[in-house]
Amino acid sequence: MTTDVIAVIDYGMGNLHSVESALQHVGGAHVVVTHDHNVIRDADRVVFPGVGAMRDCMSEIKRLHCDEMLIAALQEQHRPVLAICVGLQALMSHSEENGGVDCLDIVPGRVQFFGDPLLAADGERLKVPHMGWNQVHQTSEHPLWFGIEQDTRFYFVHSYYVHAQQRELVAATADYGVSIDAALARDNLFAVQFHPEKSHTAGLQLLKNFVSWTGKEG
Amino acid sequence: MGLAKRIIPCLDVEAGRVVKGVNFVDIRDAGDPVEIAKRYNEQGADEITFLDITASHEGRDTTVHTVEQIAREVFIPLTVGGGIRKLEDIRQMLNAGADKVSINTAAIHNPELVQQAAERFGSQCIVVAIDAKRVDDVDGAPRWEIFTHGGRKPTGIDAVAWAKKMAALGAGEILLTSMDRDGTRNGFELGVTRAITDAVSIPVIASGGVGSLDHLVEGVTKGGADAVLAASIFHFGEYSVPEAKRYMAERGIEVRL
Repeated sequence: MTTDVIAVIDYGMGNLHSVESALQHVGGAHVVVTHDHNVIRDADRVVFPGVGAMRDCMSEIKRLHCDEMLIAALQEQHRPVLAICVGLQALMSHSEENGGVDCLDIVPGRVQFFGDPLLAADGERLKVPHMGWNQVHQTSEHPLWFGIEQDTRFYFVHSYYVHAQQRELVAATADYGVSIDAALARDNLFAVQFHPEKSHTAGLQLLKNFVSWTGKEG
Repeated sequence: MGLAKRIIPCLDVEAGRVVKGVNFVDIRDAGDPVEIAKRYNEQGADEITFLDITASHEGRDTTVHTVEQIAREVFIPLTVGGGIRKLEDIRQMLNAGADKVSINTAAIHNPELVQQAAERFGSQCIVVAIDAKRVDDVDGAPRWEIFTHGGRKPTGIDAVAWAKKMAALGAGEILLTSMDRDGTRNGFELGVTRAITDAVSIPVIASGGVGSLDHLVEGVTKGGADAVLAASIFHFGEYSVPEAKRYMAERGIEVRL
């Protein structure tokens, strides 16, 4: 039996160590951080992380042709893909960040600013970025939620949030003044706004679920 | 229900060893920051802050190595502060596995560093540390000024105005330490905490002076802090992180249990 290879797509925007070490900690696969086309094409699973500002991310993603590699992986239904934070946002149609940036339009929808001031339902002023542990409300059954209780807290850090056009793709929401899409699922794609690699046991459980996921939703 | 208030244990580290001592009964090496960080991670700390007080360059290499080791085993956010002077220092710590870097004195000498760092690495990983001391106006109105060199050197900078400026330059979070209270165990200086949390729209971590669980509660309820940082009450096993969280939850504060 050969060990699965997980390719973490590196488009040069910073620290991917935490994703790498969390996946290594979970075990069961060989983790490679790379933007090498051949490695990504041959990988059994693909992780599309992201940190930093959207404009710079998009220009690096395109310069290194990471978008093409990602689209190729998504077309092969047996290859599970996990997008994290800015990785999720980059999949959408358009982001309000940096004065407006066109994204990959792989999943129709928008990335919007939380607003300033941002107010909670009770009128309390909320800080932006949305930073810390918030409850993730699962809105669909999915293999990646295995062993994770409803409304478990995950670690978020972002100033822009995703709103998918096709609401049936939403796998989880979170509340922070507005209802945000915390996870989207479509075929072999699972995309999360929070950071599983920084979300302690719940995050590690989600990564473990990803490592054993077949890429099917049911 | 919404975002939880964060509890952050802080480790002061010199050349790879925790100073000020840690006294968990069942820990093998009380000076090993990796072992202590793992312990807080297991206890359910929401983040860990690692303050490097090493002066020498050799010592800093050790620090980088320590951060690497912690990041391999601790899967909650890790902030590293102390001695961050230039973009290269930030890159080095992020590459070692830190999630956020805290800038203190360097921001005072070179505020543009904060802007450059936020543009380069993203606001989410740039924390600005403010060491404030109360210096009331002649008419007695409360005012707080930024001090450097462990609270010995005044800068003439108003702490509240500075916090606003740092937020405008792209800081993602403020780590506010009261130099009047640090080490006293008398509780946070709630006046400056409230003044700064009201003045900025980014999260504020209150630090300096925690000696009891009530102090943690007050930091949130009276100071308005988004997170509370403490060292000694956790280090000496006086209170565990879960005890602190339960205490806060019983008083109506939303925490991650």
